[in-house]
Amino acid sequence: MSASTLAPLAESTATRVARNLLRSRELAIVIVLALIVLVATTRRSSFLLSADGWRDTLLAPSILLLLAVGQMVVVVTRNVDLSVGSTLGIAAYVTGKIFVANPDTPVIVVFLAGLGVGAVVGALNGLLVTVFRVPALVITLGTMYVLRGALTHEVGSERMNAQDFPAHFEKLGTQQVLTIPVLTIIALVVVAAVGYYLHTARGGRELYAIGSDPDAADLYGLPSARRVFGAFVLCGALAGLAGVFSAARYATAFSGTGSGIELQAVAAVVIGGVAIFGGSGTVWGAAIGAFLLVTINRALPILGISEFWQGAVVGALIIGSIVLDRVLSIRRTHKLIEARDHA
Amino acid sequence: MSTAAHQAAAQPLTLALRGVAKSFGAVQALKSGTLEVAPGSIHALVGENGAGKSTLVKIVAGVHRRDTGYFELAGEPVDFGSTAESKAAGVAVIYQEPTLFPDLSVAENIFMGRHPLGAGRRIDRTRMFAESEALFARLGVDIDPRRTANGLSIADQQLIEIAKAISLEAKLLVMDEPTAALSGNEVARLFAVARSLRDEGRALVFISHRFDEVFDLCDVVTVMRDGAYVSTHLIAETSESEIVSKMVGREVAELFPKTVAPIGDVVLDVQGLNSTGEFHDISFQVRAGEIVGLAGLVGAGRSEIARAVFGVDKYDAGSVTLGGVPVRQGKPSRAIRAGMAFVPEDRRQQGLVIEGSVAKNVASVIRGRLSRLGLLTAGAENKAAGPWAAKLQVKTSALDMRAATMSGGNQQKVVIAKWLATNPSLLIIDEPTRGIDVGTKAEVHRLLSDLAGQGLAILMISSELPEVLGMADRVLVVCEGRLTAELSRAEATPENVMAAATRSAQRDSEKEPVR
Repeated sequence: MSASTLAPLAESTATRVARNLLRSRELAIVIVLALIVLVATTRRSSFLLSADGWRDTLLAPSILLLLAVGQMVVVVTRNVDLSVGSTLGIAAYVTGKIFVANPDTPVIVVFLAGLGVGAVVGALNGLLVTVFRVPALVITLGTMYVLRGALTHEVGSERMNAQDFPAHFEKLGTQQVLTIPVLTIIALVVVAAVGYYLHTARGGRELYAIGSDPDAADLYGLPSARRVFGAFVLCGALAGLAGVFSAARYATAFSGTGSGIELQAVAAVVIGGVAIFGGSGTVWGAAIGAFLLVTINRALPILGISEFWQGAVVGALIIGSIVLDRVLSIRRTHKLIEARDHA
Repeated sequence: MSTAAHQAAAQPLTLALRGVAKSFGAVQALKSGTLEVAPGSIHALVGENGAGKSTLVKIVAGVHRRDTGYFELAGEPVDFGSTAESKAAGVAVIYQEPTLFPDLSVAENIFMGRHPLGAGRRIDRTRMFAESEALFARLGVDIDPRRTANGLSIADQQLIEIAKAISLEAKLLVMDEPTAALSGNEVARLFAVARSLRDEGRALVFISHRFDEVFDLCDVVTVMRDGAYVSTHLIAETSESEIVSKMVGREVAELFPKTVAPIGDVVLDVQGLNSTGEFHDISFQVRAGEIVGLAGLVGAGRSEIARAVFGVDKYDAGSVTLGGVPVRQGKPSRAIRAGMAFVPEDRRQQGLVIEGSVAKNVASVIRGRLSRLGLLTAGAENKAAGPWAAKLQVKTSALDMRAATMSGGNQQKVVIAKWLATNPSLLIIDEPTRGIDVGTKAEVHRLLSDLAGQGLAILMISSELPEVLGMADRVLVVCEGRLTAELSRAEATPENVMAAATRSAQRDSEKEPVR
């Protein structure tokens, strides 16, 4: 008979939490991240220990953080959203337009506008994916080009620069509270809120279930289409918010804003241990993955690695983490089956 | 039926289906399904492959919607448009291979979509785990609700499905061949759980090909044949032989005209073929001009044997010889060159380039021979394909018609034409007439018969007993990966074949784990 108890049930919650933490994929990335920061800081102490270095370390990942969170929610349902870079570009441009029209517009309005523009794009992606049942990879590749094309048509060679954005908005890009940048605080609040939802709400757990086995989700009678649609809307909205962040941080918006960043978002998610075929992974992992990606790019020049090699390093990191995940997952399955057969 | 009728008077039937029919395109999968299940009973549903059991179950589960007929649950007429509706009405279906979420915990698999909630609509994990443990305690099994479903044995996965059904307060549990992948001990545990559920007053429907299990566990048995209801018996008042005769009780029609052909030399010689977990010690021969039928239930290992012989799948031990020349395993290209042809079960997926033209499909295996300087012209393809298509009377106006738009029968002919173009000495054909309408079936059968008459050796796998009995010169019966009988045309009666196909191999805890 195959008794399936692997760990004694009497084990205390604290022990279990500690063991899960130690074994977690997230801890591994945190260690890698800490090592990189440590080595870079040893080489050049200003990397972390100056006012600017501290601020940049925290601020630089804030945009990718938002995109990675949104992407994670989509990827966990066994989908992907490649249009987030174009969405970001549109939201940044809309932000600029609003300020050109009325420099006194309150900041909250552009934030809401960014979220709204992004949510509309996300709803479009979600509808196409759930109604026509076409793979998200293809649909969002399409919307990525269509939206970028529309943006280029609208913007042309125009470029919004610092003088187009009001000072109070630009200040937001570097503003700090207790030395922590405001944009990073907002991004971390988003990470926490989405993470809480995925862990504690039925809807959040259903996203995991849909990604784990879509056919089983249908047999369970889960509202798959509605949940996947919601995931795309959230992902789009966060990409729109990232567009506002981008405008605030760089005080610029042009037709190429955000081009290519969608792949970084997917990379962050994968490095963070989220299964590309859905069903497992955490928002924390994706967030740390985003931190790691951005920090590596900042650290490489200090470590004496030419910027031409930065892409290669990121690529190696992605392949490494996928291979690691695969090996760990095979080992885990083998262990479970062994435990079953020898019970 | 007297006892069941008494119960029905006191309490409404948990499930009543009467004269239910369902068609898929031109194929009528269920002509007239009738099943009446009383609460507090275990009801067996038996029948050959293709008798309509699965379709009936899928209608109850809400996967398919019936075309006509009466369907009621606990006295209320129902009509399920989705699995969610049937579940809400108290129906739980446990499939042969349960569908769980491998990445999620066992407890979440039980409670997905209806997690117990605490303050602020947060999921109350403590309660979820406690309730899962209580469910398992009630079932008398020891599964950690915190572990992931990944890596669980099929038996444990089924128990999770049962736990889910209980927590849903299901009135009706349907188990579709639940014991196919279980060891003896696991079967005993499952039956103990099933009996305790019955004693709680639930109704269970148990689909199985194993008569020993049906007679051990069930109270009532309903027999189906050819998509229609045949009869219902109390287990205590019937016998295995009566059930078998009800299952096969039809005249073998003259639909299948295998002409007598001179039997020649041995073409295919298979010796001691073994593949752990799939089949064991398979030895047989096929001679020129002979049609050998490979019969057995779905999942018995027939297709696996055929795939191994053709060299698609690897095997652990044994040898395959074609015309005196050994065929290496794992190399279908060698098998083709040696003169083997293989028409797979699923022609849309495996046999055809479904979007390609008739000519392209027919010419696809002999591309190498047709090409000049590595280039293949449409002209060469048409020239090669034309005679074959004509010979097989493929009804297409033009050779450039896409295979996807053709009928099942014509598609099958295209696949056969494709292989005949390679001049094979052995044709392996898996389910030659699945999903083909009756008229075209006869044409496919005539074609196979003609080919045998021309000296081709044919190994035919079929789940349709009349087809096997009508076509085959010799019948090999496979049960649970072993050859359990070799019957000559004269010996091959429906009863003999069914008996060999349901002859459970020795089942004990020593049985090696499946998969």
